Amino acid sequence: MSDPVSALNGASAQGFAAIREVGPLGMITLRAKGLKSLDKAIKAVTGTKLPAQRRIEVNGDRACGWMSPDEYLLILPYADVSAALASLAKSLAGEHYLAVDVSDARAVFRVEGDRAAEVLAKLVPVDFDRLEPGELRRSRTAQVAAAMWKQDQGFTLVCFRSVARYVFDLLANASR
Amino acid sequence: MLILECPYCGVKAEETELSPGYEAHLKRFGPGSSPEEFEAYMFARKNPKGVHFERWRHTYGCGKWFLAARCTATLEVFGTYPAQVSEPPADIIAKIQARRPDWRPDWKDMK
Repeated sequence: MSDPVSALNGASAQGFAAIREVGPLGMITLRAKGLKSLDKAIKAVTGTKLPAQRRIEVNGDRACGWMSPDEYLLILPYADVSAALASLAKSLAGEHYLAVDVSDARAVFRVEGDRAAEVLAKLVPVDFDRLEPGELRRSRTAQVAAAMWKQDQGFTLVCFRSVARYVFDLLANASR
Repeated sequence: MLILECPYCGVKAEETELSPGYEAHLKRFGPGSSPEEFEAYMFARKNPKGVHFERWRHTYGCGKWFLAARCTATLEVFGTYPAQVSEPPADIIAKIQARRPDWRPDWKDMK
């Protein structure tokens, strides 16, 4: 098998905040709503509970985020995705759900440093002072959609892979 | 700047995170309807100065369609509500009437 490659091969930039591309990261989009086995299915994959509205539950290198009333984002190591899909198929067998491997369709960035929020505040119409720890916020970064949350003295930002270079350049320029 | 609270994810989203969907609560007239009904469904829009019901989509957020009641003259927002209804819910109407005592719902007389 060929090796997975992230969108920008781990590009980084240093301004008043540090920008770096993370990855490749395993990601599964899970669309399901109100299933009674959903808690267990997510627990088996990420080890977290089902996130409440607009929350992200982080467990080491795994996480589960609330994306919309019927959509969850599961984050896990890249190599574990196929096992996780199999686990979901087993836990949710017979139920109405959709789970898709979107690892290679996304790019993930970290914005780190004391002034990380200032970088994002230039690009995103969100009041970052009021963004709670553990809150996942979907919004736009300049002209493209992105999801972001506070984690370990910085922010993690997820966007589509096709706009990875655009978002990286935005972040790098905003941190100058 | 117009700020609408998405009833699905609870985000107070500003206008650039949303996409407009124009007039809400249109009743579709499809095959079998008269030409007049179809024309009215296709082209006739209210465009009031005052209370208006609109569809909006939280495009850059949860991606869901929702409905909003607002005033086109003052940009005051009376409330937002999920889209799975055929007419505005009672609490939204109460909010509008608290602010606009002379306003009356007009869909009761509509065919």
